Amino acid sequence: MASMRDIKRRRESIQSTEQITKAMKLVSTVKLQKSRTKAETTKPYFNMMYETVRAMLEKSANMTHPYLTAGNSGKKAVVLITSNRGLAGGYNSNMIRLIAANGFTPEDTVIYAVGRKGKEGLLRKGFEVPKDYSEVINSPLYQDAAEITQDLLDAFQKGEICEIYLAYTSFKNTVVHIPKLLSLLPVKLEEREQSEQKAALTAPMNYEPNEESALNAIIPKYISSMVYGALMEAAASENGARMNAMDNATSNAEDMIAELSLQYNRARQGSITQELTEIIAGANAIE
Amino acid sequence: MADLFKLRVIAPDRNFYEGEVMMVEFTGTEGAMGIYKNHVPLTVILAPGILRIHEVNGVKRAALHAGFVEILPEQVTILAEVVEWPQEIDRKRAEEAKIRAERRLSGQSQETDTARAELALRRSLTRLGVTK
Repeated sequence: MASMRDIKRRRESIQSTEQITKAMKLVSTVKLQKSRTKAETTKPYFNMMYETVRAMLEKSANMTHPYLTAGNSGKKAVVLITSNRGLAGGYNSNMIRLIAANGFTPEDTVIYAVGRKGKEGLLRKGFEVPKDYSEVINSPLYQDAAEITQDLLDAFQKGEICEIYLAYTSFKNTVVHIPKLLSLLPVKLEEREQSEQKAALTAPMNYEPNEESALNAIIPKYISSMVYGALMEAAASENGARMNAMDNATSNAEDMIAELSLQYNRARQGSITQELTEIIAGANAIE
Repeated sequence: MADLFKLRVIAPDRNFYEGEVMMVEFTGTEGAMGIYKNHVPLTVILAPGILRIHEVNGVKRAALHAGFVEILPEQVTILAEVVEWPQEIDRKRAEEAKIRAERRLSGQSQETDTARAELALRRSLTRLGVTK
Protein backbone atom coordinates (compact mmCIF):
# COMPACT_ATOMS: atom_id res chain seq x y z
CA MET A 1 0.00 0.00 0.00
CA ALA A 2 1.25 3.43 -0.96
CA SER A 3 2.21 5.65 1.90
CA MET A 4 -0.11 8.35 3.13
CA ARG A 5 2.19 11.08 1.96
CA ASP A 6 2.39 9.72 -1.58
CA ILE A 7 -1.35 9.50 -1.87
CA LYS A 8 -1.79 13.00 -0.55
CA ARG A 9 0.75 14.40 -2.96
CA ARG A 10 -0.88 12.63 -5.88
CA ARG A 11 -4.31 13.90 -4.89
CA GLU A 12 -3.09 17.46 -4.67
CA SER A 13 -1.50 17.28 -8.08
CA ILE A 14 -4.71 15.96 -9.60
CA GLN A 15 -6.64 18.67 -7.84
CA SER A 16 -4.57 21.37 -9.45
CA THR A 17 -4.94 19.68 -12.84
CA GLU A 18 -8.66 19.66 -12.30
CA GLN A 19 -8.61 23.38 -11.62
CA ILE A 20 -6.82 23.96 -14.89
CA THR A 21 -9.15 21.80 -16.94
CA LYS A 22 -12.13 23.44 -15.28
CA ALA A 23 -10.84 26.88 -16.17
CA MET A 24 -10.10 25.77 -19.73
CA LYS A 25 -13.58 24.39 -20.01
CA LEU A 26 -15.08 27.70 -18.92
CA VAL A 27 -12.91 29.62 -21.35
CA SER A 28 -13.86 27.40 -24.27
CA THR A 29 -17.54 27.57 -23.31
CA VAL A 30 -17.42 31.34 -23.66
CA LYS A 31 -15.44 31.11 -26.88
CA LEU A 32 -17.85 28.51 -28.19
CA GLN A 33 -20.80 30.79 -27.65
CA LYS A 34 -19.03 33.58 -29.48
CA SER A 35 -17.88 31.53 -32.43
CA ARG A 36 -21.21 29.78 -32.61
CA THR A 37 -23.23 32.96 -33.00
CA LYS A 38 -20.69 34.08 -35.57
CA ALA A 39 -21.00 30.82 -37.47
CA GLU A 40 -24.75 31.10 -37.38
CA THR A 41 -24.77 34.60 -38.84
CA THR A 42 -22.55 33.33 -41.65
CA LYS A 43 -24.82 30.45 -42.50
CA PRO A 44 -27.40 32.31 -44.64
CA TYR A 45 -24.68 33.67 -46.91
CA PHE A 46 -22.94 30.31 -47.10
CA ASN A 47 -26.17 28.44 -47.91
CA MET A 48 -27.44 31.05 -50.32
CA MET A 49 -24.16 31.07 -52.20
CA TYR A 50 -24.19 27.29 -52.43
CA GLU A 51 -27.78 27.24 -53.67
CA THR A 52 -27.21 30.00 -56.19
CA VAL A 53 -24.14 28.44 -57.70
CA ARG A 54 -25.79 25.03 -57.83
CA ALA A 55 -28.86 26.52 -59.51
CA MET A 56 -26.69 28.45 -61.93
CA LEU A 57 -24.82 25.38 -63.02
CA GLU A 58 -28.01 23.36 -63.31
CA LYS A 59 -29.69 25.89 -65.54
CA SER A 60 -26.76 26.09 -67.84
CA ALA A 61 -25.77 22.44 -67.84
CA ASN A 62 -23.81 22.28 -71.07
CA MET A 63 -21.38 25.02 -70.22
CA THR A 64 -17.70 24.44 -70.62
CA HIS A 65 -15.45 26.47 -68.47
CA PRO A 66 -11.99 25.85 -67.03
CA TYR A 67 -13.45 25.93 -63.51
CA LEU A 68 -15.87 23.15 -64.34
CA THR A 69 -13.39 20.63 -65.68
CA ALA A 70 -10.52 19.04 -63.86
CA GLY A 71 -7.05 19.87 -65.02
CA ASN A 72 -5.39 16.71 -66.27
CA SER A 73 -1.97 17.40 -64.86
CA GLY A 74 -0.86 18.38 -61.43
CA LYS A 75 -1.73 17.46 -57.91
CA LYS A 76 -4.75 17.57 -55.71
CA ALA A 77 -4.97 20.34 -53.15
CA VAL A 78 -6.67 20.04 -49.81
CA VAL A 79 -7.51 23.00 -47.63
CA LEU A 80 -7.24 21.46 -44.19
CA ILE A 81 -8.73 23.36 -41.29
CA THR A 82 -7.55 22.35 -37.83
CA SER A 83 -6.65 24.22 -34.66
CA ASN A 84 -3.47 25.89 -33.49
CA ARG A 85 -3.67 24.44 -30.02
CA GLY A 86 -4.10 20.93 -28.78
CA LEU A 87 -6.12 19.59 -25.84
CA ALA A 88 -9.24 19.39 -27.94
CA GLY A 89 -9.87 15.66 -27.79
CA GLY A 90 -9.95 13.94 -31.15
CA TYR A 91 -10.55 17.17 -33.05
CA ASN A 92 -7.23 17.39 -34.85
CA SER A 93 -6.47 13.71 -35.18
CA ASN A 94 -9.88 13.12 -36.73
CA MET A 95 -9.03 15.60 -39.46
CA ILE A 96 -5.70 13.95 -40.14
CA ARG A 97 -7.36 10.56 -40.25
CA LEU A 98 -9.96 11.92 -42.69
CA ILE A 99 -7.21 12.87 -45.12
CA ALA A 100 -5.65 9.43 -44.98
CA ALA A 101 -9.01 7.63 -45.18
CA ASN A 102 -9.97 9.35 -48.44
CA GLY A 103 -7.00 8.11 -50.35
CA PHE A 104 -4.89 11.25 -50.38
CA THR A 105 -1.25 10.25 -50.54
CA PRO A 106 1.82 12.43 -50.02
CA GLU A 107 2.77 11.81 -53.68
CA ASP A 108 -0.24 13.42 -55.30
CA THR A 109 -1.53 15.84 -52.69
CA VAL A 110 -0.50 19.23 -51.41
CA ILE A 111 -1.97 20.68 -48.25
CA TYR A 112 -3.04 24.27 -47.75
CA ALA A 113 -3.02 24.26 -43.99
CA VAL A 114 -5.08 26.42 -41.71
CA GLY A 115 -4.13 25.47 -38.18
CA ARG A 116 -0.76 24.38 -36.84
CA LYS A 117 -1.80 20.97 -35.54
CA GLY A 118 -3.01 19.61 -38.84
CA LYS A 119 0.00 21.01 -40.63
CA GLU A 120 2.45 19.38 -38.24
CA GLY A 121 0.61 16.08 -38.34
CA LEU A 122 0.67 15.89 -42.10
CA LEU A 123 4.23 17.15 -42.46
CA ARG A 124 5.24 14.19 -40.32
CA LYS A 125 3.45 11.91 -42.76
CA GLY A 126 5.41 13.42 -45.62
CA PHE A 127 2.83 15.71 -47.17
CA GLU A 128 3.91 18.89 -48.86
CA VAL A 129 2.54 22.08 -47.31
CA PRO A 130 3.18 25.00 -49.68
CA LYS A 131 1.07 27.50 -47.75
CA ASP A 132 0.24 27.91 -44.13
CA TYR A 133 -2.46 30.27 -42.87
CA SER A 134 -2.37 29.20 -39.25
CA GLU A 135 -2.82 32.63 -37.70
CA VAL A 136 -6.19 32.91 -39.48
CA ILE A 137 -8.10 30.37 -37.40
CA ASN A 138 -8.02 32.43 -34.22
CA SER A 139 -10.40 35.01 -35.63
CA PRO A 140 -11.31 34.27 -39.24
CA LEU A 141 -12.17 37.24 -41.46
CA TYR A 142 -13.78 37.13 -44.86
CA GLN A 143 -10.65 38.79 -46.18
CA ASP A 144 -8.59 35.77 -45.12
CA ALA A 145 -10.87 33.39 -46.96
CA ALA A 146 -10.61 35.56 -50.07
CA GLU A 147 -6.82 35.45 -49.81
CA ILE A 148 -6.72 31.67 -49.52
CA THR A 149 -9.06 31.41 -52.50
CA GLN A 150 -6.85 33.70 -54.55
CA ASP A 151 -3.81 31.52 -53.88
CA LEU A 152 -5.77 28.38 -54.74
CA LEU A 153 -7.10 29.76 -57.99
CA ASP A 154 -3.69 31.06 -59.02
CA ALA A 155 -2.23 27.61 -58.54
CA PHE A 156 -5.20 26.07 -60.34
CA GLN A 157 -4.78 28.32 -63.34
CA LYS A 158 -1.06 27.66 -63.50
CA GLY A 159 -1.87 23.96 -63.63
CA GLU A 160 -0.02 23.16 -60.41
CA ILE A 161 -3.14 21.66 -58.93
CA CYS A 162 -6.05 20.05 -60.73
CA GLU A 163 -8.57 19.46 -57.97
CA ILE A 164 -9.37 21.39 -54.82
CA TYR A 165 -10.88 19.88 -51.71
CA LEU A 166 -11.92 21.41 -48.44
CA ALA A 167 -11.55 19.43 -45.21
CA TYR A 168 -13.09 20.86 -42.08
CA THR A 169 -15.11 19.91 -39.04
CA SER A 170 -18.75 20.70 -39.46
CA PHE A 171 -20.55 21.98 -36.40
CA LYS A 172 -23.81 20.12 -35.80
CA ASN A 173 -24.34 21.01 -32.17
CA THR A 174 -22.27 21.41 -29.05
CA VAL A 175 -21.42 17.72 -28.77
CA VAL A 176 -21.61 16.51 -32.38
CA HIS A 177 -18.94 17.64 -34.82
CA ILE A 178 -18.52 15.83 -38.09
CA PRO A 179 -15.29 15.81 -40.08
CA LYS A 180 -16.25 16.71 -43.63
CA LEU A 181 -14.57 16.63 -46.99
CA LEU A 182 -16.02 18.80 -49.76
CA SER A 183 -14.94 19.03 -53.34
CA LEU A 184 -14.60 22.68 -54.38
CA LEU A 185 -13.13 22.57 -57.85
CA PRO A 186 -14.00 21.38 -60.38
CA VAL A 187 -17.65 21.74 -59.47
CA LYS A 188 -18.79 18.12 -59.65
CA LEU A 189 -21.10 16.79 -62.34
CA GLU A 190 -22.80 14.04 -60.30
CA GLU A 191 -24.14 16.56 -57.85
CA ARG A 192 -25.60 18.58 -60.67
CA GLU A 193 -27.55 15.74 -62.21
CA GLN A 194 -29.35 14.87 -59.01
CA SER A 195 -31.69 17.83 -59.00
CA GLU A 196 -32.28 18.09 -62.71
CA GLN A 197 -36.04 17.90 -62.32
CA LYS A 198 -36.19 20.94 -60.14
CA ALA A 199 -34.14 22.90 -62.63
CA ALA A 200 -36.52 22.15 -65.47
CA LEU A 201 -39.37 23.91 -63.69
CA THR A 202 -37.83 27.35 -63.49
CA ALA A 203 -37.14 29.77 -66.31
CA PRO A 204 -33.65 29.89 -67.79
CA MET A 205 -31.26 32.27 -66.11
CA ASN A 206 -29.69 35.13 -68.03
CA TYR A 207 -26.33 36.61 -67.22
CA GLU A 208 -24.92 40.03 -67.42
CA PRO A 209 -22.40 40.71 -68.95
CA ASN A 210 -22.34 37.06 -70.16
CA GLU A 211 -22.19 33.54 -68.79
CA GLU A 212 -18.49 33.10 -68.93
CA SER A 213 -17.51 36.32 -67.23
CA ALA A 214 -20.32 35.79 -64.71
CA LEU A 215 -18.84 32.41 -63.83
CA ASN A 216 -15.37 33.91 -63.72
CA ALA A 217 -16.57 36.38 -61.12
CA ILE A 218 -18.93 34.16 -59.17
CA ILE A 219 -16.92 30.98 -58.74
CA PRO A 220 -14.09 32.65 -56.81
CA LYS A 221 -16.73 34.26 -54.59
CA TYR A 222 -18.35 30.86 -54.19
CA ILE A 223 -15.09 29.28 -53.12
CA SER A 224 -14.17 32.03 -50.73
CA SER A 225 -17.59 31.89 -49.14
CA MET A 226 -17.26 28.12 -48.76
CA VAL A 227 -13.85 28.56 -47.19
CA TYR A 228 -15.13 31.31 -44.94
CA GLY A 229 -18.12 29.24 -43.83
CA ALA A 230 -15.84 26.30 -43.17
CA LEU A 231 -13.49 28.46 -41.13
CA MET A 232 -16.35 29.70 -38.99
CA GLU A 233 -17.77 26.23 -38.44
CA ALA A 234 -14.36 24.81 -37.70
CA ALA A 235 -13.73 27.52 -35.11
CA ALA A 236 -17.01 26.66 -33.41
CA SER A 237 -16.27 22.93 -33.59
CA GLU A 238 -12.81 23.43 -32.16
CA ASN A 239 -14.17 25.19 -29.11
CA GLY A 240 -16.94 22.65 -28.79
CA ALA A 241 -14.47 19.79 -28.99
CA ARG A 242 -12.20 21.42 -26.45
CA MET A 243 -15.11 22.08 -24.13
CA ASN A 244 -16.10 18.41 -24.26
CA ALA A 245 -12.55 17.21 -23.82
CA MET A 246 -12.06 19.47 -20.82
CA ASP A 247 -15.40 18.46 -19.39
CA ASN A 248 -14.38 14.81 -19.59
CA ALA A 249 -10.98 15.60 -18.12
CA THR A 250 -12.61 17.42 -15.21
CA SER A 251 -14.97 14.58 -14.43
CA ASN A 252 -12.15 12.05 -14.73
CA ALA A 253 -10.13 14.14 -12.32
CA GLU A 254 -13.08 14.21 -9.94
CA ASP A 255 -13.36 10.43 -10.08
CA MET A 256 -9.67 10.02 -9.40
CA ILE A 257 -9.78 12.45 -6.52
CA ALA A 258 -12.69 10.55 -4.97
CA GLU A 259 -10.79 7.28 -5.37
CA LEU A 260 -7.62 8.73 -3.92
CA SER A 261 -9.46 10.36 -1.00
CA LEU A 262 -10.91 6.98 -0.14
CA GLN A 263 -7.47 5.38 -0.29
CA TYR A 264 -6.00 8.19 1.74
CA ASN A 265 -8.61 7.89 4.48
CA ARG A 266 -8.15 4.14 4.54
CA ALA A 267 -4.43 4.54 4.87
CA ARG A 268 -4.88 7.13 7.61
CA GLN A 269 -7.22 4.88 9.55
CA GLY A 270 -4.88 1.96 8.98
CA SER A 271 -1.97 3.85 10.41
CA ILE A 272 -3.96 5.03 13.43
CA THR A 273 -5.11 1.47 14.12
CA GLN A 274 -1.57 0.29 13.79
CA GLU A 275 -0.27 2.93 16.19
CA LEU A 276 -2.97 2.05 18.70
CA THR A 277 -2.16 -1.64 18.49
CA GLU A 278 1.49 -0.85 19.03
CA ILE A 279 0.77 1.34 22.08
CA ILE A 280 -1.52 -1.27 23.57
CA ALA A 281 1.02 -3.98 22.89
CA GLY A 282 3.70 -1.80 24.52
CA ALA A 283 1.53 -1.15 27.57
CA ASN A 284 0.79 -4.84 27.88
CA ALA A 285 4.49 -5.64 27.78
CA ILE A 286 5.24 -3.24 30.69
CA GLU A 287 2.62 -4.80 32.97
CA MET B 1 -48.02 52.04 -57.06
CA ALA B 2 -45.74 49.26 -58.03
CA ASP B 3 -46.09 45.76 -56.69
CA LEU B 4 -43.84 44.66 -53.88
CA PHE B 5 -41.26 41.92 -54.08
CA LYS B 6 -38.90 40.33 -51.61
CA LEU B 7 -35.39 41.67 -51.34
CA ARG B 8 -32.59 40.06 -49.36
CA VAL B 9 -29.15 41.53 -48.96
CA ILE B 10 -26.76 39.06 -47.39
CA ALA B 11 -23.19 39.78 -46.39
CA PRO B 12 -20.75 37.11 -45.13
CA ASP B 13 -20.96 38.30 -41.56
CA ARG B 14 -24.59 39.36 -41.29
CA ASN B 15 -28.03 39.48 -42.78
CA PHE B 16 -27.84 43.03 -44.03
CA TYR B 17 -31.41 43.65 -45.18
CA GLU B 18 -34.57 41.64 -45.67
CA GLY B 19 -37.97 42.99 -46.62
CA GLU B 20 -40.67 43.80 -49.15
CA VAL B 21 -39.63 46.56 -51.53
CA MET B 22 -40.95 48.41 -54.56
CA MET B 23 -37.73 48.85 -56.43
CA VAL B 24 -34.04 48.31 -55.93
CA GLU B 25 -31.24 50.19 -57.70
CA PHE B 26 -27.61 49.17 -57.91
CA THR B 27 -24.59 49.38 -60.18
CA GLY B 28 -23.64 46.34 -62.22
CA THR B 29 -20.49 45.90 -64.29
CA GLU B 30 -22.49 47.08 -67.31
CA GLY B 31 -24.03 50.10 -65.65
CA ALA B 32 -26.74 51.18 -63.22
CA MET B 33 -29.90 49.12 -62.98
CA GLY B 34 -33.29 49.50 -61.36
CA ILE B 35 -35.29 46.35 -60.73
CA TYR B 36 -39.06 46.10 -60.32
CA LYS B 37 -41.17 43.04 -59.69
CA ASN B 38 -41.44 40.34 -62.40
CA HIS B 39 -38.04 40.96 -63.87
CA VAL B 40 -36.66 38.28 -66.15
CA PRO B 41 -34.31 35.90 -64.30
CA LEU B 42 -30.90 37.51 -64.37
CA THR B 43 -27.61 37.27 -62.56
CA VAL B 44 -25.59 40.46 -62.45
CA ILE B 45 -22.05 41.01 -61.25
CA LEU B 46 -21.78 44.11 -59.09
CA ALA B 47 -19.46 47.04 -59.44
CA PRO B 48 -18.90 49.43 -56.53
CA GLY B 49 -21.90 51.72 -56.33
CA ILE B 50 -24.74 53.01 -54.26
CA LEU B 51 -27.53 50.61 -53.40
CA ARG B 52 -30.94 52.28 -53.20
CA ILE B 53 -33.74 50.32 -51.63
CA HIS B 54 -37.14 51.83 -52.43
CA GLU B 55 -39.47 50.82 -49.66
CA VAL B 56 -43.15 51.80 -49.40
CA ASN B 57 -42.27 54.70 -47.14
CA GLY B 58 -38.97 56.02 -48.31
CA VAL B 59 -35.61 55.14 -49.77
CA LYS B 60 -32.73 53.50 -47.94
CA ARG B 61 -29.20 53.94 -49.19
CA ALA B 62 -26.11 51.85 -48.65
CA ALA B 63 -22.63 51.50 -50.13
CA LEU B 64 -22.32 48.23 -52.03
CA HIS B 65 -18.81 47.29 -53.12
CA ALA B 66 -18.65 43.78 -54.48
CA GLY B 67 -20.72 40.69 -54.99
CA PHE B 68 -23.48 39.62 -57.31
CA VAL B 69 -27.26 39.79 -57.60
CA GLU B 70 -29.63 36.99 -58.41
CA ILE B 71 -32.87 38.36 -59.83
CA LEU B 72 -35.96 36.15 -60.00
CA PRO B 73 -39.48 37.40 -60.76
CA GLU B 74 -40.63 37.27 -57.14
CA GLN B 75 -37.39 37.68 -55.30
CA VAL B 76 -34.08 39.47 -55.55
CA THR B 77 -31.07 38.29 -53.60
CA ILE B 78 -27.94 40.38 -53.31
CA LEU B 79 -24.93 38.42 -52.16
CA ALA B 80 -22.63 41.22 -51.14
CA GLU B 81 -19.03 40.79 -50.11
CA VAL B 82 -18.92 44.26 -48.62
CA VAL B 83 -21.95 46.41 -47.90
CA GLU B 84 -22.31 49.30 -45.44
CA TRP B 85 -25.04 51.59 -44.17
CA PRO B 86 -24.16 55.30 -44.39
CA GLN B 87 -23.82 55.59 -40.61
CA GLU B 88 -21.15 52.89 -40.57
CA ILE B 89 -18.87 54.78 -42.92
CA ASP B 90 -16.01 56.86 -41.68
CA ARG B 91 -16.19 59.88 -43.99
CA LYS B 92 -12.75 61.15 -43.16
CA ARG B 93 -11.17 57.81 -43.90
CA ALA B 94 -13.00 57.56 -47.20
CA GLU B 95 -11.79 61.02 -48.18
CA GLU B 96 -8.22 60.11 -47.36
CA ALA B 97 -8.55 56.92 -49.37
CA LYS B 98 -9.87 58.91 -52.29
CA ILE B 99 -6.89 61.28 -52.21
CA ARG B 100 -4.47 58.37 -51.93
CA ALA B 101 -6.05 56.59 -54.87
CA GLU B 102 -6.00 59.72 -56.99
CA ARG B 103 -2.35 60.29 -56.22
CA ARG B 104 -1.51 56.74 -57.13
CA LEU B 105 -3.32 57.08 -60.42
CA SER B 106 -1.69 60.36 -61.34
CA GLY B 107 1.72 59.17 -60.10
CA GLN B 108 2.14 56.98 -63.22
CA SER B 109 4.99 55.05 -61.70
CA GLN B 110 5.75 51.64 -63.18
CA GLU B 111 4.69 49.52 -60.28
CA THR B 112 1.34 51.21 -59.76
CA ASP B 113 -1.45 48.67 -59.97
CA THR B 114 -3.81 50.82 -62.00
CA ALA B 115 -6.79 48.51 -61.79
CA ARG B 116 -6.48 48.28 -58.04
CA ALA B 117 -6.11 52.00 -57.58
CA GLU B 118 -9.12 52.63 -59.77
CA LEU B 119 -11.16 50.18 -57.74
CA ALA B 120 -10.04 51.87 -54.53
CA LEU B 121 -11.03 55.23 -55.97
CA ARG B 122 -14.46 53.97 -56.94
CA ARG B 123 -14.96 52.45 -53.50
CA SER B 124 -14.09 55.67 -51.76
CA LEU B 125 -16.32 57.67 -54.12
CA THR B 126 -19.19 55.31 -53.37
CA ARG B 127 -18.66 55.73 -49.66
CA LEU B 128 -18.56 59.48 -49.98
CA GLY B 129 -21.59 59.49 -52.25
CA VAL B 130 -23.69 57.49 -49.86
CA THR B 131 -22.89 59.63 -46.83
CA LYS B 132 -23.58 62.90 -48.60
